[in-house]
This record gives sequence, C-alpha cells and structure tokens, in this order.
Amino acid sequence: MPDRADDAAGLSRRNFLTAIGVAAAGYLAGCTPEVREAFFQKHFRELSPKEVEARMARLRADYSQRFGQDVNVSALPAQAGVLFGYALDLSRCIGCRRCVYACVKENNQSRDPQIQWIRVLEMEKDKGIDFEEANPYYDPETVPDADHFYLPVACQQCRTPQCTKVCPVGATWQEPDGIVVIDYDWCIGCRCCMAACPYGARHFNWGEPHIPAAELNPNMHYLGNRPRPRGVVEKCTFCVQRVRNGRYPACVEICPVGARKFGNLLDRESEISRILRDKRVFVLKAELKTEPKFYYFYGL
Amino acid sequence: MSGSPPDGPTRGHSNTPRDSDEEFSIARSNALIPLLMMFAVMVLSILVVIVRAKPVIPPEGAVADKAFSPADFPLVFGTSEALAGLDGAALSRGAGASSVLFPVPAPPFSEGIFPCMQCHESIPPNPERRPLEGMHSDIVLHHDEEHRWCLDCHDTNNRDQLRLASGAPVPFTESYRLCGQCHGTQYRDWRNGIHGKRTGYWDGSKRYLLCVNCHNPHSPRFASLQPLPPPVRPQFLRSGSRRMAEAAPAGKENDDAGPR
Repeated sequence: MPDRADDAAGLSRRNFLTAIGVAAAGYLAGCTPEVREAFFQKHFRELSPKEVEARMARLRADYSQRFGQDVNVSALPAQAGVLFGYALDLSRCIGCRRCVYACVKENNQSRDPQIQWIRVLEMEKDKGIDFEEANPYYDPETVPDADHFYLPVACQQCRTPQCTKVCPVGATWQEPDGIVVIDYDWCIGCRCCMAACPYGARHFNWGEPHIPAAELNPNMHYLGNRPRPRGVVEKCTFCVQRVRNGRYPACVEICPVGARKFGNLLDRESEISRILRDKRVFVLKAELKTEPKFYYFYGL
Repeated sequence: MSGSPPDGPTRGHSNTPRDSDEEFSIARSNALIPLLMMFAVMVLSILVVIVRAKPVIPPEGAVADKAFSPADFPLVFGTSEALAGLDGAALSRGAGASSVLFPVPAPPFSEGIFPCMQCHESIPPNPERRPLEGMHSDIVLHHDEEHRWCLDCHDTNNRDQLRLASGAPVPFTESYRLCGQCHGTQYRDWRNGIHGKRTGYWDGSKRYLLCVNCHNPHSPRFASLQPLPPPVRPQFLRSGSRRMAEAAPAGKENDDAGPR
C-alpha cells in the first residue's frame, strides 16, 4: 500500500512533512527579526520590560508606515493605588450622541464597517429601564424628547467580568487599575466573550477595519486604541491611553451637559467617590453579580 | 441497485423474496416525484423571497442605513480642548491649587458689552421695575421672572459687578456664588465636581465651568440639541453604508453651540 501511494503522489507523507518543515524553517530564518518576533510572540503579560519595548517599537514602525504619519504606541502600566470608576447622570443625559462619535474618533474604531463602543438607548419614561423596549436608532429633530430618557451603555468594567472568564486563550483580562482589556494580537476571534457579556459591550471586527489616515488618533496604547486587525473583539477601555496619563476619557470631555463623571474609586476626594457617597447609584443587571464599576445615578 | 460489489450478493439475496414490495414502492415513488419537485420549487422560491426582501425596519426609530463618522461633524469635533495652564499628576492637588479656588473660564459676555460702565457711567440708575426698551431688549427673562428682575442680581450703582442678596458685591468671574444662593444643592455638587462638566486631569488640576458657561442666566433651561445620527442597523452594515453617508453628508448640520 505505501508503495502504491508513493507512486501515485510521487511523494511520501514523511518526505512531504519534511519538505514543509524545511521550507517553514528556511522562511523564518530568512525573514527579519520583527516578523520572527510577531510569529513566535509570547503572551503580553509574560513579556519582560525590554521585550515590551521591542514590541512597541515594532508596532510603532508598522503603524507609522501603514498610516503615513508618526504614531506613538505606549504600554504604560497601571498606577498603584488606582481603581477607575465611572458614573453617568441619567437626569442630565439628553441623548445627543456626542460621546459615541468622540469615542470613535479617540479610539480609532472602524468607520467602515461601522463599529461604535457606546450605544445610547432611548427608553420611555413611563416604562422605566426596559431593555426589551429600548430603541438605539432614535433620530428626532432635537433631543431630549419630553417622554423619553436616554441610557448610554458601553463596557461596564465589571469587577467579576464574565468575558475574561470564558476566553479560551487568555486574550482578555482585568488590569490592576480595574480596566478590562484585550490583546488584539492574542485574540482568536471565537467571540465567546461576546456571548458571555450581559451588556452587549463587545464588538467584533467582521470585516477589515477601515480608518482614513487623516482621522487616525496617533496617541495609542497597546491595550487600547491601536488599530485592530480583522477578526478580533474590541470594547471600551475607559480610554486607557488617556486615563493612564491622568486625562479624562474622551466621552467625559465631550459631554455637553456634564453627565459623565470619572475618577479614582480609591481616592476619597475624587468626584466618583463623592457620587457614590452622596448620590443613590445603581448598576445595570445587578442581579448577575458582575459588579460593574460603571454606575448610573440621578443627580437632580 | 448499483451497489458496490461486496454489497451486491447480500442485497440481491434479500431482495428476491420481496419483489412485489419493491414494485409497489417504485410505483408510489413515481407519484411522489412531481410532489417533491413542487415542494422543492416552493422552498426555493421562499428562499429567494427571503434573501431578496428588503430588510424590515421597525416603525420606531430611523432607517439607520448610513454609517457616519466623526469627520462628518467638524463643528463638533474640530477643535481639541485646550489644556494650557493645567497640570497633570497629583502635584497640583495640594499647595498649587490654593491660589485660585475654582479655575473657571471667562464669563461668556456678548461681544463689546463689558465693561458695562462704559455706557452706564453716564446713565443715571433707574431702580424702577420695567420692561427694557432700546438697549438689552434682546434679553428675555425666563428665570423666576414673576419675582425678580435685573437689579436683584446686577449691582445698581456699579454695573461691572453683581450683587448678592445681602448687597455684597460679587465679580462676574465668581458668579457661582450668586447662583449658589438659591441653587444650594447644585452649588454643593458643582464644587464637588458632580454637577457640571469638568475637563483637565482626573488626578490633577481640572477646569471648571461657570454656571453661565452652560446656562444662560436669563433663561437657564437647556436648549435642545440635534442628535448625531444613529448607528447603522446590522442589516445595512455590509452594503456600503459608509459610502452612502459620504455621498449625502448634508443631512445634518450640527453646530458646536451646545446647550446654552
């Protein structure tokens, strides 16, 4: 039998595999160290500081070439003694969607096919918070509508995130400052995390993401807003590239009514701590015990 | 009946005693053929209808078949926020912040109107409550207008400043003290950063806004805004929704006015 197969194909299995192996080894030996590093890359959290720096340099060069401009890719780690929290004042939000587009701009979301991390839900005041009846496609001439209120939803940055639990490859995890992040180079695109997330906060790149070079935000973080490849999941990171440098997230800075509040939960004097102390806050789907760090409150 | 050779004998063997059954089933299957074909045609036509049908748009909400981008709204996203004069890091939290209690921008005066005394210097103050004619007729008071009028907040003798209920003068740059007389809970929340917008650094110095940067003091209710367009419905995501938006971007004229 082996002889016959050998005759038919002109190549035995052993020879075929040997040839493949030699070809692959030859290819990898011949290519640049950058390509080799990308091929044999280790998990991001296992990298030494030097290896992290090498990877950032590789990505910097790659993105700079792709988009024809100088970009900065940082891997700034979490500060000690910081746990980020977010609060949104439902009595102020007017549903103008400025935050949605500010987020797209800041975080380099794909313009085509469209991906938006924030979804603003319009709900009837008579019915209260009812996700079944919520309408994200509202488009009246002006907002706010007298009979409706608006509930923006993005990643709730849970303390016990289900998305990180189900990830089969460990491509998503919670950082020490509480931000749940994704390594786009490690994600295999199985979308288990999307099924696990009760808030619909994760978004999948079904197509090749498209960002015009002129609209690129060159200030990037490895775990945040760097350009994503096709076939990976992405989500809100509290603008990790901004908040680890002390800035407010982009949605906080654009909100025309000041409904969005952000700060360090471990600092008793921060805005977010004061809101938790002075206001009555709630979280979405509290019964699931995901323990979000994204709070909603009525400031009036 | 054209089975492979190994199967042949056993099949043939079992078939011989049941020839009549075989004939019967063949006859019935002949009758089934047109039925099956009709069924297949029906299924195919239903599939074609489903595939070619226009996506169903629920009655509420917009069509949402165009993918807009921040670049379509240069007035909203054109300017980047200024961080001049603000410090990152926590170093400003202690001593540095003491010189200015609340770092606020300048009050949003109409152009050329301040200082007020450049005109009011020569006009004798008239403390009588009356509708304004000529100058300032554009100001329509919708702020507890039944009980109050201009000189409850503006100082009678020095128009370049405001006055508290006690009569104490307040500069325009600290007008929050005046507003806080009635709106105490908002004043408290504003000082704590809960009411109103903050920009700057969460761990450093922040930029506050005066009450009047967002609320028109003469008509403080927020004006309504035109919302930015809704997200694309999933059924339109693939069909060049971005190109459609680029072809027809004029649908929205969003100004950066914000609620004033």
